[in-house]
Amino acid sequence: MTDASLQTAAKPVPGEAEFRDYFALMKPRVMSLVVFTALVGLLVAPVSVHPFIGFCAILFIAIGAGASGSLNMWWDADIDSVMKRTARRPIPAGKVTPGEALAVGLALSGFSVVLLWLATNAVAAGLLAFTIFFYAVIYSMWLKRATPQNIVIGGAAGAFPPMIGWVVATGSVSLEAVLMFAIIFMWTPPHFWALALFMKTDYDDARVPMLTVTHGRKSTRIHVLFYTLLLFPVAVGTAFTSIGGPVYLAVALFFNIWFLKGAYDIWRRDEAQAEADKYKVEKSVFKVSLYYLFAHFGALLLEVMLAPYGLGGW
Amino acid sequence: MGYFRQEHELHTRRSGRNGAVALVLVGLIAIVFGLTYVKITGGSSLEGFDHAVRLSVTTEGDAK
Repeated sequence: MTDASLQTAAKPVPGEAEFRDYFALMKPRVMSLVVFTALVGLLVAPVSVHPFIGFCAILFIAIGAGASGSLNMWWDADIDSVMKRTARRPIPAGKVTPGEALAVGLALSGFSVVLLWLATNAVAAGLLAFTIFFYAVIYSMWLKRATPQNIVIGGAAGAFPPMIGWVVATGSVSLEAVLMFAIIFMWTPPHFWALALFMKTDYDDARVPMLTVTHGRKSTRIHVLFYTLLLFPVAVGTAFTSIGGPVYLAVALFFNIWFLKGAYDIWRRDEAQAEADKYKVEKSVFKVSLYYLFAHFGALLLEVMLAPYGLGGW
Repeated sequence: MGYFRQEHELHTRRSGRNGAVALVLVGLIAIVFGLTYVKITGGSSLEGFDHAVRLSVTTEGDAK
């Protein structure tokens, strides 16, 4: 190995990363959730959209989400390199330079917002721009390192996509759009705090003020139960709006009782019990929380798909 | 001569990236074209104007 190759391995060379490294900056797994929830928001809206415009709108919303992911990776490169979960991201892995991530993030932000505006309407584009700003500036730059409530307020960024999908179709925000937003918003804290409970060393090492670090594990367990209780009426109540129906109600009741039971089990345990079974309950609740969100939005989608057969809705 | 024929890893990487960027650009052209078409036609078929007045291209035609 030469000195030159050693240097290359230590410091990334601008413009020499592979395409997939730039793509990884956009957090593809988060994008898949954004695509799914935005698509549901678009399809459950009472106004139909031309399929091609609908496809483009979802694509631009996904690119906007990817842009905010790239800006987040640029800003958080220092803590990403400390945490085990994020150490293999393109910047800490030395594949992409921070400047490139910033350029990708800014370029795709402008691209996605302008094209969403041209393809649909100004309200949807404005909401997408606000979502990118909220995630990159309010969450990543400000709240994440400033308050243990970072997850609660930052979760709003992930909650906007179904609302944007709805606005793409209708041109305005309504109760149903707010409820879809509220489901993801209220779901985010218990989902992430369950993760923080069993990934404890990561957030401690990165000195991110997670609730587990600042207020202790007992307090985090109480918070998980508290937010899951708040989530229950929001998620079940959505069943009685124009986008709900019996299928959604059954799914919401089943998953909210399951999630609440998990949160209750988390609250009842102490650290000694959790360490004894290697955080089995916390890991299982985290897994349930993933099914929870897909089940709720999947049920909303099912209600719309059943409507032509006279089965969807009330 | 054999040395020059051998492809360096750097060139493979760059050609892969260039190919992907080309695909993205072609996709963007297709999207802008498709959006323009859908926006202009509004879902109905496109009718060209050939300097002859026809009922379907007049406001009276719209009323019917």
